[in-house]
Amino acid sequence: MMLGSEEKISQGRLLAVQYGILVIFLTLGFGLWRLQVMGSDRYGLLAERNRIRTIPILAPRGKILDREGRILVDNYPSFSALLLREQPTTDEDLVKIASGLNLTPEQVRERMRKVAGAARFQPVILKDDITPDELAFIDSHRNELPQLDTIVVHRRLYPRDGFAAHLIGYVGEVSEEMLNQPKYELYAPGDVVGRSGVEQSYNAMLMGTDGSRRVLVNSRGKEEGRLDEKPAQPGKQLRLTIDLDLQIAAEQALEGHNGAVVALDPRSGEVLALASRPTFDPNHFAVHISRDEWNALLTDPGKPLLNKAIQAQLPPGSVFKIIMSVAGLEEGVAQTLVVNCAGGKNFYGRFFKCHSVHGGGVEITRAIPQSCDTFFYTLAERLGISRIAKYAMALGLGQRTGIDLPQEVAGVMPSEEWKARTFRQKWYAGETISVGIGQGAVTTTPIQLAYAIGGIASGGVLRRPHVAFPQDLPPEMRPVSEAGSERRVPIDPKNWELITDAMANVTQPGGTAASAHLEGVDFAGKTGSAQVVSNEAKQKHGLSGAQYKDNGWFVGVAPRRNPEIVVCILVEQGEHGTMAARLVAQVVKAYVEKRRGHPTKLARQGSASSSVEVAAVWEEPGAAPGEGGKLGGGRFRVPVSRSRARAAAPQGAP
Amino acid sequence: MRRFLSYRDFDWLLLGFILLICALGVLEVYSTTFSTRFAGMHMKQTYWILVGLGLMFAVSLVDYHSLLERSHWLWIASVLALVAVLIIGHKVLGARRWIGLPGGIHFQPSEWVKLVVILALARYYHEMKQREATLADIAKTGLIAGIPMLLVLAQPDLGTALTYVPIFGMALFLGGLRLKHAVALGLLACAVGAGGWLFVLKDYQKERVHTFLNPESDPQGKGYQIQQALIAVGSGGIWGKGLTKGTQTQGEFLPMTHTDFAFASFAEEQGFVGACGVLLLYFVVLARLIQNAQTAPDRAGTFTVMGVVAVLAFHVLVNVGMVVRFMPVTGIPLPLMSYGGSSVLFMFLALGIVMNIRMRRFVN
Repeated sequence: MMLGSEEKISQGRLLAVQYGILVIFLTLGFGLWRLQVMGSDRYGLLAERNRIRTIPILAPRGKILDREGRILVDNYPSFSALLLREQPTTDEDLVKIASGLNLTPEQVRERMRKVAGAARFQPVILKDDITPDELAFIDSHRNELPQLDTIVVHRRLYPRDGFAAHLIGYVGEVSEEMLNQPKYELYAPGDVVGRSGVEQSYNAMLMGTDGSRRVLVNSRGKEEGRLDEKPAQPGKQLRLTIDLDLQIAAEQALEGHNGAVVALDPRSGEVLALASRPTFDPNHFAVHISRDEWNALLTDPGKPLLNKAIQAQLPPGSVFKIIMSVAGLEEGVAQTLVVNCAGGKNFYGRFFKCHSVHGGGVEITRAIPQSCDTFFYTLAERLGISRIAKYAMALGLGQRTGIDLPQEVAGVMPSEEWKARTFRQKWYAGETISVGIGQGAVTTTPIQLAYAIGGIASGGVLRRPHVAFPQDLPPEMRPVSEAGSERRVPIDPKNWELITDAMANVTQPGGTAASAHLEGVDFAGKTGSAQVVSNEAKQKHGLSGAQYKDNGWFVGVAPRRNPEIVVCILVEQGEHGTMAARLVAQVVKAYVEKRRGHPTKLARQGSASSSVEVAAVWEEPGAAPGEGGKLGGGRFRVPVSRSRARAAAPQGAP
Repeated sequence: MRRFLSYRDFDWLLLGFILLICALGVLEVYSTTFSTRFAGMHMKQTYWILVGLGLMFAVSLVDYHSLLERSHWLWIASVLALVAVLIIGHKVLGARRWIGLPGGIHFQPSEWVKLVVILALARYYHEMKQREATLADIAKTGLIAGIPMLLVLAQPDLGTALTYVPIFGMALFLGGLRLKHAVALGLLACAVGAGGWLFVLKDYQKERVHTFLNPESDPQGKGYQIQQALIAVGSGGIWGKGLTKGTQTQGEFLPMTHTDFAFASFAEEQGFVGACGVLLLYFVVLARLIQNAQTAPDRAGTFTVMGVVAVLAFHVLVNVGMVVRFMPVTGIPLPLMSYGGSSVLFMFLALGIVMNIRMRRFVN
């Protein structure tokens, strides 16, 4: 044997190795203890989060109905592409996803950036209303791109062609600015909320509570089982005070014009119809609107996004003479006032023009139907701005009516205090004269005029306009107090009769709106035309384009006293109140005919034309969920309203 | 002289503990693979263990002295095999580690070479006359272990190459390394480490170290394995989730559950109690091996057994250390538990030599 030294190895060194190994094992044991005993809760949670994926079940928004339960806004199912974010998406995948969904990679990145703040386990909707091709792309790439999924979304289906668009509004993703406001603090980025109209003001009611489905997934995002499901709670449906038949009449009355129309029931404040022109199609907002389309809407000089019924602030023109009449009669000035109209009159060294020569002996009973400016200049001079402002303010001018629609504006009712506050200037007596015919600094909204004139015709009782029935609303959404919804202005019955009779003469031969006369209907009202720029300015600067034409107004009531309906119309560049009056007459006529049991336009048309065509894709029934079953697709019509075979029950004429 | 050999002197107790570890390993391989494309791996593992047992008994019959005598030839053959791997080896994931043999068997020489290095060093120190290792001894030890190690490193296989370090260290330590030399070696190792980091290590290897230091920095990318292993082990808690019930393991969040991360799967499904039990088994095995080293008939026997101790302890330290985040991910399997034929055969071969030495402890 080649054995050399038989020297034994130092036992001390072997023992040292033994102890070294002991130390190593104790260290490893400590490592296990740290993770499995100390950290078991934390890691247990991480393990759960790893394998449980929460997929939202989106709650459909509540339907919006008219006062008779006819559907104004419905939902239709559509597919959205969903991006799950537990695993990061590589740039390579992102490009694939973008091309499959017909997006640019930048759009996808932008989308992901926007929701970067949301919790990681919350999926993001990448694209709404995907086409069958895009759906097929997602289905065929389930293995390569497990982070892509689809979700059924109940998309808003609005009446087409912008019908009632301003009233209804539209929905959109909650914006970053909105999320910073306290009332939106419960919402998460990506939530779809009402952005305008009743969709906004009753969002909390219309919006349901999303549910969720928890599924077990493996590391590649493949679904391995279902854990539990929290069903979505659909939003509550909202019945509006709007009468679809009247809304149709209002929309048709405005066709071809720019402006707004609003019809109220002055007995309750219920809004029966509300339309604004030009309009927009909110269906384009239900899916992501293109930037170009959005910019076009924003820059359109007709301001299609503005709800002019509550947001246009313009001088009311001669409609203001009714307010002047209330002030003049209640103050005891107008009864005895008789003026000689020679086509105008000098006040404070300046000539104020009347639109025609009304001759001598013009009293209030003639001044209202013929809209004599000279009479009201004189009345304004006698009353002074303080007394005018007192009555106008009492009748709600220069203030919001408090209608349950967002972004109502207040208008301006000038007074000495107002001028001092706003311009730090003294009120000039000459300014009062213009205010007398609703010019100068006075501006009102259509809803304000309907509210004020409807209140005057109702004997001084003004009821806050609203589009939702308070009794239908959940308690927390009801108006704070019933008292706040009513405003009383004492008007002497004699004066009330005088004014309403004079208003009735407006639509009689000799009145300014004789051509709007409705045979067999007690239709009263007041025309107005308001200058956009003064006549002097027109002459001085040679302005003659359509944009400088006067705005036409008409506020009509039926019947003349304690009316059931008040309709206010603003026709931009409508020149005269006469044409405006004829448009109001159409709406009033529709109302009266419906009350008398004539078949409405809707009933005559049948259901076919009041439906909307939509495109959609769906999974064919029979396929198990998640198997990517056969897809169907196509276009179909969804009824917007049910046709009513309305019995022509004879009803007494109002 | 003829020696009388008896299987009474065979270390049945050690074998019992080894087989217990193997059984737990097979169970875990079953649990981690039964629902995957690797289903049936536990049977393969069982076959490897049976083959390993046969090999062990066979090796225990051949006198280890005859192996020692031929250790220089074995060493030369090993170096040639490693060179061959570099030239004709199968390239998998950018590394040449395997040689394909007829019959579809993949042969990984770097595992066996460890054993050859152990034997070669045992012989070297056996023949050493003085009590303390000189600088020349250190240099020669370094060459015996270093040349194969560099060849393995060139494959590149950092993990396996590192397993040569404890063999080298153990030999020097038992061979009477002096403190000042140890300090100098430590400094040299640091210098080599720094140089290696700058000039030799591949980017993916550097990333592993980076990821080890900061697994949360990129939990979905490079740190994924570490993070998932931590979650698996931590979520196992004290009692574990039960065999085949580990969500991390079964949901495939944890990678390489039946090979490198077998211990993490085991810790998830069997909990702190099970994991500590396995550690205890390894500790008992190591203690028993050291005892065998003490009773070995000669220096060569002691050195050989302690070489095996060094390899086994190092594997456990690095693999379990990786799972509990004390060590970076190196791809070193846990001996006897991780699936893998080469690893199992190596362990049983080494065990055969240990038995061989033990059976001859009363001879002479």
